[in-house]
Amino acid sequence: MNTVNDRSRELKPFVPSPDDDMLICRCEEITKGEIRKAVHEGMWTMTEIRRYLRTGMGLCQGQTCAKLVKAIVARELGVSPAQLEPATSRAPMRPIEMRVFANERKEGQEDA
Amino acid sequence: MRNTAEVIVIGGGIIGCAISYYLVKKGASVICLEGSDHIGNGGSSRNGGGVRQSGRDPRELPLVMYGIKHFWPTLSEELETDCEYHQDGNLRLGKTEKHKEILTGLTERAVKVGLDVRMIDGDEVRRINPYLSEEVTCASWCPTDGHANPLTTTLGYYKTARKLGVHFITGEQVVELKKVKGVLRKVVCASGNVYEGETVVLAAGYESRRIAGTVGIDIPMQTAMLEALVTEAQPHMFDQMLGTAEADFYGHQTKHGSFVFGGSSGLEGFTKDNGTPVCYAKTAPCICRGIIKYFPNLADAKIVRTWAGWMDKCADGVPVLGKVGEVPGLVLACGFTGHGFGIAPAAAHQLAELIITGRTDVDLHDLRYDRFHAKIE
Repeated sequence: MNTVNDRSRELKPFVPSPDDDMLICRCEEITKGEIRKAVHEGMWTMTEIRRYLRTGMGLCQGQTCAKLVKAIVARELGVSPAQLEPATSRAPMRPIEMRVFANERKEGQEDA
Repeated sequence: MRNTAEVIVIGGGIIGCAISYYLVKKGASVICLEGSDHIGNGGSSRNGGGVRQSGRDPRELPLVMYGIKHFWPTLSEELETDCEYHQDGNLRLGKTEKHKEILTGLTERAVKVGLDVRMIDGDEVRRINPYLSEEVTCASWCPTDGHANPLTTTLGYYKTARKLGVHFITGEQVVELKKVKGVLRKVVCASGNVYEGETVVLAAGYESRRIAGTVGIDIPMQTAMLEALVTEAQPHMFDQMLGTAEADFYGHQTKHGSFVFGGSSGLEGFTKDNGTPVCYAKTAPCICRGIIKYFPNLADAKIVRTWAGWMDKCADGVPVLGKVGEVPGLVLACGFTGHGFGIAPAAAHQLAELIITGRTDVDLHDLRYDRFHAKIE
């Protein structure tokens, strides 16, 4: 269900924090400060943060950082993390070589 | 919450965000309504990132050429966002005589409109891109084409427009347009909120058909599914945008190093509709087989994700842009048919011009709503 969200609502001002340099998304090397700043630039959903910064777009596809990112975004917006949507999961579950993915034969089938 | 503005823009994709941006820059007050919870959640974030002139219909070619000349080269600076624009050419690849025929036809039509595009042979293709296999025997080559990042470009327009004072509201689904004394004035939403403006821009992708229908306008378009896959980051290989004569696949290597390749299974239109764009199990493996034939050394690259999206496919394959005689106050910007990203800055800028000054630099006559006719007059 979609929720009406007025993007001109004022947030508390951005205050730099001593741990802004901390890496949150390890695959794509995105820091806490970059995530916090993106919220103040208008990226108010997990989806927008991901598309803007690449958090959760690396090899682990956000399996490590999604929860951390969500907590940072929620705190910056002044809402509960439960109010933000879950980060998107996309197939395949694990990175898979193209030559393997390209082969749809069932186990035991002969080479075509 | 303010609910009146000079212009109400329906749709927070790249078209809606960019029109809002060019309007607010010229001093207009703008409210932009997005039905989903996220900015750029439709085709704007689900496309191959092509900023391409070659292979386009001559009716929309002047508009995209205008955009590549005037907006794309400086867009990152203008939007203070890395749009990752590369202007390193587009190769449309062919393997057979039939492909050559298709590509030659496309090339001849584009040259007539003044585009710098030509046919080249397999050896010249491999001089431009040495990774391509011997199977490639010809290509059309357009050196001024390129690619960019659709995610950051869309959000860049949003960010800058918002900073300049455009009022964005997401999760606000439009259910009805209403005229007052014969002129379009009101935009009614599912939430019960009503917005009023002197001009209403309809840039809601496929949803535009349902919304326009509430004032008696029917735009002949359908949805069509588009799917793509993304690899892990690879060492830098090439900067061209790629396509094929048969549209087996298309794509490019991004600044990040990953490859984004779109493609099809041939079963499009008959895949399961879950009400949301979900990848079809047979498509990504099929795209992989296509890619490996063209780029044998990518066979060990890992796929990290796949995604799908819907295109707003117009009956004649080009967008519907501009004012509508029957509904004063309405401006249409929809039906981009899956290739709306590259043309977005120019289309948005020209429609903003049309709204503010009543004229455009590029003739949009061939893209108007009144162009559709049945086959027997």
